[in-house]
Amino acid sequence: MGINGQNRLTLLNPSSDNLVLKFAGDWKLKGHLPSIKDVEGRIKVDSNIKRLGFDTKEIGAWDSALLIFLTKLNKLCLEKNIKVELYGLPIGVVKLLKLATAVPKRKDDSHGESRKQFITDIGLWIIEYFNATLQTINFIGEVFLAFVNLILGKARFRKTDFITVIQECGVQALPIVTLISLLMGMILAFVGSIQLKMFGAEIFVANLVGLGMAREMGAMMTAIIMAGRTGAAFSAQLGSMHVNDEIDALRTMGISPMEALVLPRMLALTLMMPLLCIYANFIGIIGGAIVAITSLDISLIQYFEQSRNNLGLIDFIAGLIKSVVFGVIVATSGCLRGMQCGKSSTDVGNTTTSAVVTGIVYIVVSDAILTMIYSIIGF
Amino acid sequence: MTRADTHLTVNNLEMRYGYSVIQKDINFFVKRGEIFVVMGGSGCGKSTLLRHLIGLKKPSSGEILYGNDNFWKVNPLEKEAIIRNFGVLYQSGALWSSMTLAENVAFPLEQYTKLETNEIKDIVSFKLSLVGLSGFEEFYPSEISGGMQKRAGLARAIALDPDILFFDEPSAGLDPVSAKRLDDLILELRDSLGATVIIVTHELASIFDIGDNSVFLDAESKTMIAMGNPRTLLKESRDPKVSNFLSRGKSGK
Repeated sequence: MGINGQNRLTLLNPSSDNLVLKFAGDWKLKGHLPSIKDVEGRIKVDSNIKRLGFDTKEIGAWDSALLIFLTKLNKLCLEKNIKVELYGLPIGVVKLLKLATAVPKRKDDSHGESRKQFITDIGLWIIEYFNATLQTINFIGEVFLAFVNLILGKARFRKTDFITVIQECGVQALPIVTLISLLMGMILAFVGSIQLKMFGAEIFVANLVGLGMAREMGAMMTAIIMAGRTGAAFSAQLGSMHVNDEIDALRTMGISPMEALVLPRMLALTLMMPLLCIYANFIGIIGGAIVAITSLDISLIQYFEQSRNNLGLIDFIAGLIKSVVFGVIVATSGCLRGMQCGKSSTDVGNTTTSAVVTGIVYIVVSDAILTMIYSIIGF
Repeated sequence: MTRADTHLTVNNLEMRYGYSVIQKDINFFVKRGEIFVVMGGSGCGKSTLLRHLIGLKKPSSGEILYGNDNFWKVNPLEKEAIIRNFGVLYQSGALWSSMTLAENVAFPLEQYTKLETNEIKDIVSFKLSLVGLSGFEEFYPSEISGGMQKRAGLARAIALDPDILFFDEPSAGLDPVSAKRLDDLILELRDSLGATVIIVTHELASIFDIGDNSVFLDAESKTMIAMGNPRTLLKESRDPKVSNFLSRGKSGK
């Protein structure tokens, strides 16, 4: 037994057509894998070699390092048509080598094609994009049918589910909506006051904050909060239900997941969003008032008088319409991504991310469109 | 081929995922009240076949008949009537995690019957006691063990007294005693409810214990290579793959 820790390999040439590898020391997975370069070099130079034998009398401990070395060697010898004589090896090594070669390598290379053509990539990408679009349209259609069933009184879902979702996306969202819209109102007031001070028109901070919150920021900020909070929760819930076969269980019970899961969520969020929006508007105005009173020498009465005179019902309605649209968008993107989720836990994570991103992108896009429409029709 | 006592018929079924064929030329029929086993090695498409049988996936060609009705050709109302008679037990139990066990079992009853709340409650307690889970009504699925989840899943599957029960690997992940208990339960349900049972499994003990008839799917040739009573197949099958499978590789062929 070799006591020396370092692995050593000696090439012996007992006869001109025979090469014997003499192993000594420990052949273990410490540091790097032993290289077959020496043997390869020798075989290339000496074309007489037709047989390869092993001498392992002096080998110490060994593990996969030796086996990988031998597997590589075996492959090389197969290419060069050299006969490998295994009997010089420890019996355990021979057995493991046999085990490793017992099942031939998978020939079907349809999986994991590493080298795809650029054009193929583009083609596949287009097909994927096309399918995703079809899925989205399909989903919207199914949601629509579920709503029709709801109106006809045929939709099947649990009332308690609906109430739970209402609670989740209504009352439970109040603290964060309060915080964000209060700060939003204060930020608007601060930014505006710096400019308005130059004209001595500080009182118009009330108009700025009021209009900004009512027409734009109230709806927008609640929508973004809800996309991150509720949209993500929807898609994660539905996604993990997918992973656990719970959605299939609904289907095979004849209950449409669209009605039982998607419908209550869409309804609840679409109903709660405008309420949250109104709430956010008022909290935002209060935020503006705090700044006006503390740093602009405007009294509370003055501020509210100014707000009341310059804010019409129409401004609030403009914001409310937006918030309903945003509610539909957040609920749709959350549920859509959740229903598209694959069957692994990674998919649930990706799904959630995608739900939030889709939600926010479409919120901003639709906000731009709505604002444009408003300005065209003079709303 | 369709006879009066035939419950489910599969004709020339071909199953695909995308472009790759999973299984083709599948032909068999299941008689009313029979325990039918779908067996085969891992990855041969057993569970895929089950997904087709319970109407979750549309066959790429061929047909599946329930009685005389083709699931994919009838109108939505008839489709619902077919599905209403299904009971499915999924591999993981697939209980709805936001509901308690009682709510899980009650849900199909609430949707399909006009029973009063307290009547439903009685039925739920009874079904849960059938699977040995009485007293667990108010537990959530995450609070009980995997074996219990499976039994609760069974209670939900039999909530509406279905005509045909599907089981996906019922004994996977169960200890031998629980697996045996589940098998006994399946036998009793069949005998007392008169339901047809279709089981996807590779658990030899269950296959021989409860299987009346079976079909063997082969991953390599992508089709079925044997059909019949599993005990008879063990004795008489000439196919080395089948006899190897049924004898745990001891047939030596």
